[in-house]
Parts: sequence; C-alpha cells; structure tokens
Amino acid sequence: MSRTLFLALGIFLTIAASVTGLVILPNWQFQALKPVAKSGGLLYPEQYFGDNKRGREEYIAQGCIYCHSQQVRMKGYGADIRRGWGNRRSVPRDYIFDFPHQLGTMRTGPDLASIGARQPSRDWHSLHLYDPQITSPGSIMPSFYYLFEEVKKGMPPPEGSVKLPDAAKNHADVGYIVPKERGSNLIAYLKRLNQSFPLPEAQQ
Amino acid sequence: MTTNLNQADEIRARIEADSSSRIVVSFYWGTALIWLTIATLAGLISSAKLHSPGFLGDIEWLTFGRIRPVHWDAAIYGFGGLAASGTLLWLQARLCQVQLPFKHWLIAGGTIFNLGMLCGVVSVLAGYSTGVETLEFPVWAMTMLVIPYVIIVVANFTMYARKKTKHTYVSQWYLMAVTVWFPVLVLSAEACINFGAVDGVAQAIANWWYGHNVVGLFATPAGIAAAYYLIPKVIGKPIHSYHLSLLGFWTNAIFYNWAGTHHLTGGPLPAWTITIGVVGSMMMFIPVITIGINHHMTMVGSFHLLRTSPTLRFAVMGSMMYTVSSFQGSLEALRSHQEVTHFTHYTIGHVHLGMYGFFAPLMFAMMYYAMPRLMRQEWSSARLIRIHFWCTLIGTALYGAAMCFAGVKQGLMMNDPAIPFLKIVSFTIPFLWLRTLAGLILLAGTVAFLINFGRMLMRYKVTFADPTLFTTERNWDALLASGKEEKPA
Repeated sequence: MSRTLFLALGIFLTIAASVTGLVILPNWQFQALKPVAKSGGLLYPEQYFGDNKRGREEYIAQGCIYCHSQQVRMKGYGADIRRGWGNRRSVPRDYIFDFPHQLGTMRTGPDLASIGARQPSRDWHSLHLYDPQITSPGSIMPSFYYLFEEVKKGMPPPEGSVKLPDAAKNHADVGYIVPKERGSNLIAYLKRLNQSFPLPEAQQ
Repeated sequence: MTTNLNQADEIRARIEADSSSRIVVSFYWGTALIWLTIATLAGLISSAKLHSPGFLGDIEWLTFGRIRPVHWDAAIYGFGGLAASGTLLWLQARLCQVQLPFKHWLIAGGTIFNLGMLCGVVSVLAGYSTGVETLEFPVWAMTMLVIPYVIIVVANFTMYARKKTKHTYVSQWYLMAVTVWFPVLVLSAEACINFGAVDGVAQAIANWWYGHNVVGLFATPAGIAAAYYLIPKVIGKPIHSYHLSLLGFWTNAIFYNWAGTHHLTGGPLPAWTITIGVVGSMMMFIPVITIGINHHMTMVGSFHLLRTSPTLRFAVMGSMMYTVSSFQGSLEALRSHQEVTHFTHYTIGHVHLGMYGFFAPLMFAMMYYAMPRLMRQEWSSARLIRIHFWCTLIGTALYGAAMCFAGVKQGLMMNDPAIPFLKIVSFTIPFLWLRTLAGLILLAGTVAFLINFGRMLMRYKVTFADPTLFTTERNWDALLASGKEEKPA
C-alpha cells in the first residue's frame, strides 16, 4: 500500500508543480499591471464597454479566434510588423482587460491585434463581413450575411446603410446593406482593436 | 505478471472481471464511437468550408468558428474521454483480477457524460461558447463531464485496493495517472480561466497548460497503458525492460506537464514562460525514446504476427506513431521552428498525427481485443476490420503529409512580407482539398468499425467461434502463437 501511495502522491505532485509554475506564478507576475496615462486624460488600455464589449462577445460567438490571432510578434521574429499587422510587438499590458483572452493560435486569416488601426472604416468592415469576396477576392472567410439587413436595389437607402459596389458578384438584387445590432457591435469591436499606442515596455 | 493464484484461477478471475464490466464498458465504447463519428463529420464540414467557404454557408450554427471547435471537443472529450474511460475500467478490473464495482453508478455517470457532451456541443453551435480554446463548453456542461469522473476515480481506486495480484503492472501506473490528472486538470483550468481567477495573458498560459495537457496527461497515458498491455499480450512475450518502463513513466509525468507554453511562442509573454515550455518539450525526448525502445524491443521477432492480428496491427501503428508524432512535437517547440510553423496548418497536421495516428488506433486496438471477450462473440467481418485499418493508416498519413507540407510552405510565405496574404491563402487551397479527401477516408474507416461494432452489440450471427484474424484461412498456429489462451468456448 505504501507503494500505491507513493505512486498516487508522485503523480499528484507532478501536476501540482506545473500548476504552480505555469498558472499561479505568471498570474502573480501580471496582477500588478495597470493602464498607463495617454494624452487628454485617457488611459491605455481601456475597459471594454457598450457596443465594443457586446461586439467582443459576438467575436467569441462567431469563433473568429479559430482563424485569427491577436498578437504581434517582435521585430526579427516572423514578419508581423513588416506585414503591417502592428507598429510594435504586443506586450502583456495590452491584454489586461481581455477576458477571456483571444490571443489565438491560427492565422488562416491575418492577425487582428491592430485591425482597427489598419482598417478604420465602418463601410469596409461592413462589406468585408457581409461578403469577404467584395473586399478581398479569393478570401476563404465565411460570409456573415446574417449580421446584416439587405435593402433591395431601387429602394431608398436607410440611415447607416452601406452601398454595395455595382461589381459585387452574387448580390445582383441587393443595393444596400445595414448592419444589424450584432453586426454593428462586432464592427465597433474590430475598429477598437488597436495596439498602436507606444507602451514603454514594448519599445525595447 | 506473477500472481499468487494458479493458472486456472487466474483465467477464471479474468473471465469474471470481463463479464462484470460487459455492460459498462460496451456502453462507454459504443458512445465513444458515436462521438468519433460526430467529430469526424464536424471535421469534414470544417475542412470543406476552408476550400469552399459557401458550403453550408447559410446556417449560422454551422459557421466555421462554431463547427470547428465542436470537431475538436467531440474528438477529445466525446471520443477520447469515453474511449479512455472504458479502457481504464476494463483494464483495471482485469489487471487487478477483481469485478468492476459500482456498475449502476458508472452507467449513470456515462449517461451524464453523454448528456453533458450533447449540451456542450449544442451550446457552442448556438453561439454560447466560452471563447477559450479546448474549454469552449459552458461551465455547467463541463461540470457534467467532470461529475462522472468522480465515480470513475472512486471505482478505479476501489479496484486497486481490492486487487488480488501482488504486483502492479506498468499499464496500471498510467491508468492511475489518468485518474489523478484529469480531474485536477479540468478543475484548475475551469477555476482559473472561466471563473476568472487568472487575468489577461496569464489566462493564455493557463489555457495552453490545459490544452496541451489534456492531450498529454489524459489521452497519452491512456494510449500508452493500452500499448503496454496489448503488445505483450498478443505476442505472448513480457515487456522488454521493467527499468525502461519506470524511467519512461516518471520522465513523462514530470516533463509533459511543462511543455504547453510552446503554443504561445512569440506571443506577448515573458520569455521564461516560453523557455520552460521549450525545455519541457525537449526533455520529452527521454520518455518518448525510452517508451519507443521498450515497445520496439518487445516486438522484435514478432513482427510477422502483424499479418494476422488486427489488435496488434492497430497497437503497433499507434506505438510507432507515438514516437513519430512526439519527435515532431518536441522539434516543433523550438523557437526557430515555431517562427515558421506557428499559426499554420502544420500544427493541425501534428495534432492529427497524434490523435488519429497514435491515440485512436490504440483505443481501436483495445476495443478489437476486449469486445470479443466482453461479449463472448467474435467480430463478424475481417474485411470490415481491414477496411478500418487501411482507412485509418492512409487517411492519417495523407492528412499529416498534406497539412505539414502546406504548413511549412505557408509559414515561410507568411514570413516574407513581399507575398500578399491572399496569395498564401490560394497556395493552401489544393492542400485543403487533400485534407477533405483524407477526412473522407477516415470517415469511411470509422463507419466500417461502427458497422462491425454495432453488429456485435446486436448479436449479429457469427458461425465461427475462433478469433477473427486477417488471414483468410483460419490459422491455428498463428492463433496459438498469439497467446489467446482464453478463447471463448
């Protein structure tokens, strides 16, 4: 029986060690991280609130993480910065309000850590989410048309609508699209994704 | 295995152990195969969506970002969880030479587990994923997967305490490890991530500590336990070296735990966390080489039996792929390797070589060996087993080769900023088609197994009493050499 106890205890200790080392210790190290002051009395990073908070939930519900990462690797390691995915590497402080984290492990599509800086246009995001082929021909991203109202050609454009380009394939009868609430939240979140603020620790 | 019983008593104890676990184990394994089919279908749909994004594009519930996590969760928890639990219960009862206790509780537990799986899958499809990779199921659904484990752990320790054998066989160390590790893993990960005890990027570390370990500390030990049992059993020879087994077990236990952070290489984390993951992964060479040598040396001189025994064929395929995919995994953890292959299809290829090349074949081998003994009836068709084997082997090889090659190329192109992103996407498309083809082959194999398994459960009439082997004429020499001394009457 003492051998059994030794076996069970040994097995338990191996996992207890890694919980301590990889879960508890890093958490201690990062708990002290606070936002830093930006110009105009603003802080970076900011809490998510309102539409961008709900948009983050939509990002999770649609499972964007399975194709898109949100982390820029440092200069000299990969080509993230040279591809224009960010102007600096990502650091732990960028993520202190990210719950749950959406760092991601796959780049079937490009990195989104600073998509808001790269594509600040609401119209671009609307068209891209409605049908990626309109803005990025050859893309394999699914169409999220269900996040939009379609307005038939010839109907008057409602407020906040985005005109489909005439060349848009497969949508011959659609003149305008209007993001539904879920779509507009998601766009608000994507536009907010921006790590361009020069945090001091990211400059090294 | 020395025992204090004589041979006849030993065989009787084994038969009693088998008949006591019949209903529980065939329930766990049967439902495991249903989840494997669901996982394979979900994988196929995900795969098709990547080369043909319009495929089933009208259904929000089946959008790539939902069906893809369902694929993995159904594979690791539904198939992996139930297949490993069935293996654990059957093998522990047999090796301890005791009857399976708490049968009603275990059936109830298996039912709760299956309901939890169903709830989890529907939640993710409906958009209620937690957003944490590998822990997508809502906490309440995940709880339904953990509760049965309490019963399984108690049953495992009870059998161990009642065991009639003096010695503990190497498979039992691994089974003990599975029962201790899995609950600790899930509970710590849920507490830290979904209950928010851990913040920001520390969450990512906890996430990949869990994500890597659910494979390494749950599926892997169950697979190795099966290999350690089946290979010597079928060829009728003892394991090559006790000391290598011991070394392999403890180094695996110590080092695998730390390997997970290589999933975050290059990420916004302090270098030490990644370095630990790289070191852990490199140290994994020790158990992998040790276990590989041990299994290989046991097999030496008996490779001709691969022609006849289905169990052995799957078991040897699994053991060999354990070595291959673990070598690949360790090398993959290196920073220079990750600079290219991280974020690409290479990782996906690797996961499939591990799960479908190593873990799944060992679970299949376990079922091929144990089911006739549980049901006291032979497999109805050797041809279906042959189809299953070749589909598994060819499907996995094609999948691994296509994805790993495409992944390296994809990573190299991604690291060259002069190449537009969409050009990389179009480069991968032919390989994504190959993956769909590989998925179809794997599905065909799964269906063949499902038919054979279903026929056995439904007591499909078989006219022969001797084991179903690959050779056309029933070869008694091979049969005797394979050590199947407890052939059903």
